[in-house]
Amino acid sequence: MVREKIVVKDLNLWFGENHVLKGINISIPEKAVTAVMGPSGCGKSSFLRCLNRMNDLIDTARVTGKVLIDGRNIYDDAVDVSLLRRRVGMVFQRPNPFPKSVFDNVAYGLRIHGVRNKGELRERVEEALKDANLWDEVKDRLFGSALELSGGQQQRLCIARALAVRPEIILLDEPASALDPISTAKLEELIEKLKEDYTIVIVTHNIQQAARISDYAAFLMLGELVEFGRTQEIFTAPKDKRTESYLTGRFG
Amino acid sequence: MRRFKQFVGFVVLKTSVVVGVLFLFSLIVVIALNGARVLSPEFLLEFPREGMTGGGIFPAIVGTFLLSLGAVGFALPLGVLGAIYLREYAGGGRLVRAIRTGINTLSGVPSVVFGLFGLAVFVKLFGFGVSVLSGSLTLGILILPVIIRSTEEAIEAVPREFREASYALGATKWQTVKGVVLPAALPGILTGAILGVGRAAGETAPILFTAATFYTRHLPGSPFDEVMALPYHIYALMTEGTEPEHQVPIAYGTALVLLLLVLAVNFIAIVIRYRARRARKW
Repeated sequence: MVREKIVVKDLNLWFGENHVLKGINISIPEKAVTAVMGPSGCGKSSFLRCLNRMNDLIDTARVTGKVLIDGRNIYDDAVDVSLLRRRVGMVFQRPNPFPKSVFDNVAYGLRIHGVRNKGELRERVEEALKDANLWDEVKDRLFGSALELSGGQQQRLCIARALAVRPEIILLDEPASALDPISTAKLEELIEKLKEDYTIVIVTHNIQQAARISDYAAFLMLGELVEFGRTQEIFTAPKDKRTESYLTGRFG
Repeated sequence: MRRFKQFVGFVVLKTSVVVGVLFLFSLIVVIALNGARVLSPEFLLEFPREGMTGGGIFPAIVGTFLLSLGAVGFALPLGVLGAIYLREYAGGGRLVRAIRTGINTLSGVPSVVFGLFGLAVFVKLFGFGVSVLSGSLTLGILILPVIIRSTEEAIEAVPREFREASYALGATKWQTVKGVVLPAALPGILTGAILGVGRAAGETAPILFTAATFYTRHLPGSPFDEVMALPYHIYALMTEGTEPEHQVPIAYGTALVLLLLVLAVNFIAIVIRYRARRARKW
């Protein structure tokens, strides 16, 4: 039996009057890749941002329900958002390295959380870059600007930046949507490797990608969770008519 | 007929540009021609002599440097911190909008009003006297709106993605501002500061009652000494002199030095902005 890392209970999200997520219930298993699919505007990115409370940054956002990580509700008043986001890393749609050196990008999170020792910084930056399959490509240009890297390298750098603070969960918000096919392949290979150590939730509207890399898949439509289960089952025998329509390309 | 109207319109527009440019250009030429006659290394490096009818303008150059740097030294930290607060923490309430409007209005207030304010507050109330300190503070207040506005604009231009990335790593707001927003906004802030220097260097009215003196035999030894300054020097030479045939050329020379100084400062600002634009790839 798989352990459930994230349990979402009756989650609702509003942006102002706009009811974006409607009563979501889902249990995301540990050390596996869970894909969240759905047509544009179905709320899948907003859902992802509920898992590390990034929606807090939007003034009009309002959340009800619970998100339990290891049994603890992250929306409890006592929760330190900074520590939560350290445990739940995030990588965005468009690669967004800081306009700093490769090294400083990866070290940023470490410094924020109080790592000052130079030797330790260097070790953990190297470790994170190796884990993100980027070390060999950047080891000779650690102090060059991160903006000089290719798009695919930048995205893996963003993953390294997230890995450096040793999170338990990694949220990926359409991480390949701005990448070419070869970079995408490298990224998927990396995700495959990372799931041995991390719980991964990836939002994608690329159905093939979800099929390739995920162990579990959720299908969201108009803010509702239509179906959730093992990827294989969802793709071969969807229980809901809407899921089937979506997967066969009836709408997208 | 329509073609004719178009032709007339064209000519009118074109003439306006030509006349405008002509005035600007002739300003530079007149100052340069009249000023170049007295310009020499000695003019830049010597004290005035013979009751302001000979010698150089060295103390006025030094004075203007001190006043402008003092003004920026005071206005830059205050303006940048204020802008950070306004942009990042204050939100968008009515009070904040009123403050912002107030700041923008402040930049339209005639500079002689700042001079009177400086006289009342810094010279008299705080007892700093007519001094470098009083003049710097007065000029600082004058350029504060410039610095606040350019800083706000620079902060606003930092892409949201950078902030998000920082927050997603668990950074607090202040860590994000300090570690990501400010470094990315730095070129814009610097540009504003340098333009502020240029503005402060050229102002006469604010230092008229607060800092400037027609003649001192010494460079200021402390912030509480009065100083000579380029713009005031021109004003004094043209109004207080008894030998205009010697003094007017010196005034033109001083004007040329001031003009070159301000142009140089603006040029530096342009270079910084240009290089920052080229370097950024977001």
